[in-house]
Amino acid sequence: MIRVLVQTEPFDLSAEMMRLEAEGTGGIATFTGLVRADDGVDVLELEHYPGVTERALTDLAQEATARWSLTAVSIVHRVGPMRPGERIVFVGTAAAHRAAALEACAYLIDRLKTDAPFWKRESRGGQARWVEQRTGDVDAAARWR
Amino acid sequence: MKMVYFAWVRERVGTGAEEVAPPASVVTVADLLDWLAAHGGGHADAFGERERLRAAVDGAFVPLDSPLSGAAEVAIFPPVTGG
Repeated sequence: MIRVLVQTEPFDLSAEMMRLEAEGTGGIATFTGLVRADDGVDVLELEHYPGVTERALTDLAQEATARWSLTAVSIVHRVGPMRPGERIVFVGTAAAHRAAALEACAYLIDRLKTDAPFWKRESRGGQARWVEQRTGDVDAAARWR
Repeated sequence: MKMVYFAWVRERVGTGAEEVAPPASVVTVADLLDWLAAHGGGHADAFGERERLRAAVDGAFVPLDSPLSGAAEVAIFPPVTGG
């Protein structure tokens, strides 16, 4: 199963977990990203490239599935305005054994940060600014090549 | 050819999408940026710092020196910051 969703609505963690469990596998690893209240951020807005984003995420999911023999991958990414504490992204991987699930999950969130067309804009008290890419994120993605 | 822009590139250009008809001398993505920036205004402002720009041609991420080779849609945007 490859499940890729880009949506404005919040998502249900337990429903996403149950979908992965239903694939009847040995182990599941998940990553959930939340909006941080960095230096007083009150709104985080995510913009994306419709159509191309979904294709980029599906390509990453297929690469991970082939590399770690996954039985299931779910990637859910929200777009639009969000508040601190809300979930932005969910990555779940299912495999026969833990190492494959854990590594593939780390791979997917690292690659997603540099290879999928999303852009974050943070607002503090009505003052908005576009978030700059971190070199640490670029290095994290590069270590998988 | 359809141009699409995202994040601060979109804001500086002043639109998220536009149709353009570059001359035959425009071969690469970088040529296209030069040609658009020559019109001045928002394009010149948005495309001033090339090292801060990334591109996609028909949905595939490419370096700025890549050929356009009959592309239908070219996207220009800052480095991505999802996740």
